[in-house]
Amino acid sequence: MLKQRSLFWIYFKKNRLAIAGASTISAIFLMAIFAHLIAPYDPGETDIATKLAPPSFKHLLGTDQLGRDVFSRMLYGSRVSLSVGFVAVSISLFIGIIVGSIAGYYGKIVDSVLMRFVDIMMCFPAFFLMLTIIALLGPKIHHVMIVIGATSWMGTARFVRAEFLSLRERDFVQAAKVLGISDKRIIFRHMLPNALAPVFVTATIDMATAILIEASLSFLGFGVQPPAPSWGNILTEGRIYIFDAWWLTLFPGLAILITVLSFNLLGEGLRDALDPRLREEGIK
Amino acid sequence: MTKYIIGRLLQTIPILIGITIISFAIIHLAPGTPIGLTLNPKASPKIIEQMKKNYDLDKPLPVQYWLWLKRLFTGKLYSFKDGKPVLKKIAERLPATLLLNLVAMLIIFSLAIPLGVFSAVRRYSFLDNLCTFGAYLGISIPSFWLAYLLILGTVKLFGYPVLGMRSFAIEELTVVEFILDRWWHLMLPSIILAVGGIAVISRYTRSSMLEVIRQDYIRTAKAKGLSEDDVYYKHALRNALLPIVTIFGFLIPGLISGSVIIETVFAWPGIGRLAYQAVLARDYSVVMTILTISSGLTLLGNLAADILYAVVDPRIRY
Repeated sequence: MLKQRSLFWIYFKKNRLAIAGASTISAIFLMAIFAHLIAPYDPGETDIATKLAPPSFKHLLGTDQLGRDVFSRMLYGSRVSLSVGFVAVSISLFIGIIVGSIAGYYGKIVDSVLMRFVDIMMCFPAFFLMLTIIALLGPKIHHVMIVIGATSWMGTARFVRAEFLSLRERDFVQAAKVLGISDKRIIFRHMLPNALAPVFVTATIDMATAILIEASLSFLGFGVQPPAPSWGNILTEGRIYIFDAWWLTLFPGLAILITVLSFNLLGEGLRDALDPRLREEGIK
Repeated sequence: MTKYIIGRLLQTIPILIGITIISFAIIHLAPGTPIGLTLNPKASPKIIEQMKKNYDLDKPLPVQYWLWLKRLFTGKLYSFKDGKPVLKKIAERLPATLLLNLVAMLIIFSLAIPLGVFSAVRRYSFLDNLCTFGAYLGISIPSFWLAYLLILGTVKLFGYPVLGMRSFAIEELTVVEFILDRWWHLMLPSIILAVGGIAVISRYTRSSMLEVIRQDYIRTAKAKGLSEDDVYYKHALRNALLPIVTIFGFLIPGLISGSVIIETVFAWPGIGRLAYQAVLARDYSVVMTILTISSGLTLLGNLAADILYAVVDPRIRY
């Protein structure tokens, strides 16, 4: 086990893009946690006299149409974007792990029924489905989190199921069954820890997708509602002034891009480091 | 083979039924009635009853589902908003979306496959690393943001509007001018719609090609003295492209979801924009129909891809 872990680190550290992603994510998390200390202004504080001011030393990233400081708003916005991503991914992991492990552990009819349900869910155009449900429930931050989570668990379910199907045949699971340990305990205490590594990879990449989706929903007016600052919101409010105040469009978009890119790079780095086939080639 | 195709077709039926049930359930299990928002709050109980009756909302859910399904397939489903038949509304918008998606598809395949093959052949070269990073950028960039940057750039550079499907205030166009104008308006939205697909398919081609290159028969081909180009582009490429067929089905939901955003940004009169407008107007009969049709299309795309795969790859025997 220890050897596996150190091998993982050796390959992960070699991937400079993944390291860059991980460092950027840590920096963004720190900025989000300490937003109230770093932000030079209150994110809701309006000052009409300095509205639509270009970036300067006083306002690092300029001001918006109400004279609010864009830098401060973006710092607070990172809290919204990250927490939407985090909660949505947690929900999707929860559903995906439950569905996948039950399908993989019990097999047969349970498996077919659950996997047909996964097939059905995967046919829907995800983004349009989310848009519809949020329109029905009303655009609130927790609805956005729940809907993103509830419509993106299918990949995790398939991964976990595949892992469980192979784990099920292993001796330690057979032994646990013979000892009469309850199914619940076998699934969650004995099998799940062995299936978690690929789940973390999908979770990282799902985080990227969730942040991107939140921004797109905000863009269409179904995300987190103004005046609460989210990156998608700032961008959407700013697009009317695109020809006069480019900084309102450029900076939030850049923030989304960098964050999503970092999560994707980290996720792919983790996947490569966990993939034994790629490791073999690295040794050659 | 026939047995496989029939079996595969039979498998699709329960999934198709599941799709219609879920589309129906989503709209009807949400709080509030579908007509709640279209009615004047002062409407008398009598009018509300009448409205409910018109839309079958007074009947039990399974009956409603059955009626809805029957209407959907006989084209008797009407928009809540303007009373037009839903299928007609969709059919009117279909050509614009098809044109946009077809061009995007062409861009995707003509760029992604050469890029992927090139990356695999020159693995770990500077250009391969550049393609890798480009692909990450492609899947990470918010499409609406890219759209605004490109609109800003194009309009500043050429001073010519890019929104919509054609230019306004120009009534009489010759055929050539019409085609040029259409291409001008198609350019940006189709490129942006293609970005994600290029990123995904080029990576997929790359790994598929790498998989083939390490096979024994490629080593044999090299050993018997064939040129590198012959080995890669004649022997390896054919086999590497086989799995790409299956990706075709997966592309459809992405393109439909992408159309919602991109058609909205570019005021492109297609199904994506219709879908967004229907969501905004709470026009649920249109929303449900689009959800069902696009999921059905995805299902058929997957089915076609699977069958095609079995046809083109003689190694696959079910």
